[in-house]
Amino acid sequence: MTQYLLSVLTDTGELATAEEDAAISAFNNGLIADGYWVFAAGLAAPSTATVVDGRDGEAVFTDGPYLESKEYIAGFWILEASDLDVALRLAGQASKACNRRLELRPLAE
Amino acid sequence: MTVVGEVITRVHREEWARVVATLTRRFGDLDIAEEMAAEAFATAVERWPVDGIPPNPGAWLTVTAQRKAIDRIRREARREDKHKEALVLSDPPEPLGAIDDDRLRLVFTCCHPALAMEARIALTLRMVGGLTVPEIASAFLIQEAAIGRRITRAKVKIKAAKVPYRVPSREDLPARVTGVLSVLYLIFNEGYLASNPEKGAVRSDLTAEAIRLTRLVRELMPEDGEVAGLLALMILTEGRRPARVSASGDLVPLDEQDRGAWNRKLIAEGHALVRARLASGQAPGRYQILAAINAVHTDARDIRDTDWSQVVALYDQLGRLDRSPIVRLNRAIAVAELDGPEVALAEVDRLPLEGYHLYHATRADLLRRLGQSAASRAAYNQAIELADNTAETAYLIRRRDQLAGS
Repeated sequence: MTQYLLSVLTDTGELATAEEDAAISAFNNGLIADGYWVFAAGLAAPSTATVVDGRDGEAVFTDGPYLESKEYIAGFWILEASDLDVALRLAGQASKACNRRLELRPLAE
Repeated sequence: MTVVGEVITRVHREEWARVVATLTRRFGDLDIAEEMAAEAFATAVERWPVDGIPPNPGAWLTVTAQRKAIDRIRREARREDKHKEALVLSDPPEPLGAIDDDRLRLVFTCCHPALAMEARIALTLRMVGGLTVPEIASAFLIQEAAIGRRITRAKVKIKAAKVPYRVPSREDLPARVTGVLSVLYLIFNEGYLASNPEKGAVRSDLTAEAIRLTRLVRELMPEDGEVAGLLALMILTEGRRPARVSASGDLVPLDEQDRGAWNRKLIAEGHALVRARLASGQAPGRYQILAAINAVHTDARDIRDTDWSQVVALYDQLGRLDRSPIVRLNRAIAVAELDGPEVALAEVDRLPLEGYHLYHATRADLLRRLGQSAASRAAYNQAIELADNTAETAYLIRRRDQLAGS
């Protein structure tokens, strides 16, 4: 089994509508029932982010996302699937449920 | 070439995919499969001239490659303790007959839609076709290092993202077969309509390879109508190749081709495939319809014998599956023969294809037939500017310069 990160991409920063939320919940329940679920969460707006750099000892905190990007990650799933074809099928359903584009990436082994 | 050398070349063509496919299933790793298959063939080149050709060359190569793979995995296991992991990947032995399925698995893995199209093409030519990286690079006029990187990156993705090594599920199969066929058709078209001026008009090595790979896929999926359709389309196109480019390198259009120079054997084979599909009674897909159109053209001993109403009817059928304006452009060319250039021009003028050289070439020809030389010349100039195949450009320039008042 391989774990995959599904990042939800958005360029508007708008939160999910009630309809999208309902579709996401239904999709999540299916994931849990079928044994694909590992974890999922939505993220607060990029403007709430803090960049932390502790590489030189004392941590330095900076307000805001570390780079200006047209697209933000609005949330993510971590799924477990036997192979990419299964993960792609689930990602297609996830994209439809949350009504956004997704990036699918395997976790490094 | 020596007799043994010829045998090795033939065996390489026939057995490469099988050796790579069997090893990929056994060891779960395309890299090992490719390298060990290449080493087994290198060993054959050394040993066969001395020891003689083994009675079953394919089996000899597979066993030799497997031994080499096991040796290598053991060596690496001592270094990295990955022995277990590598062997766990191998499936339990499968029943007889699964060997052919391995090649089909290999085709579907190499043409996986999660890979970039150019990576699918390079990977398919390397893993299934057995072309070397320098051969692929020279066919596409791309640097060897770039092709090597494409293949390596694809293999890394297949492994890390776990692209499965199997024939897709029934629900995914039609879309995935279409994906495989588009890879094969792109290879064929790169050979047939070579876009690189330095490489000549037709790259027969690529068209031949595309046909060989499509024959293999047909052997593996004999029931699939679109696979048969694509094979028929390719061989009916290939059958006309001897007449398609003149001695001076110009493109010779269908109506000017010496039909006696066509390859009758290929055309007969293509017609038989098309007839078999018609007899199946199943609704044809895109490639089958394109093959049927080519069958109508190649059925006529003379351009005047062409059954244009049949061609228009087939384009109508294609238009219902594929609403692309290019289909309507091709339909209009047949309409010109049936209802005259004026009717055809009215249809062509409605198409949003200003960036496509054949749109302008078609308009130029229709305008010429309507006696509108100045407008025709302007259209030829636009077509010449947009065309990138040397033979097509030469043909368009010749037609433009033949216009009245030149």
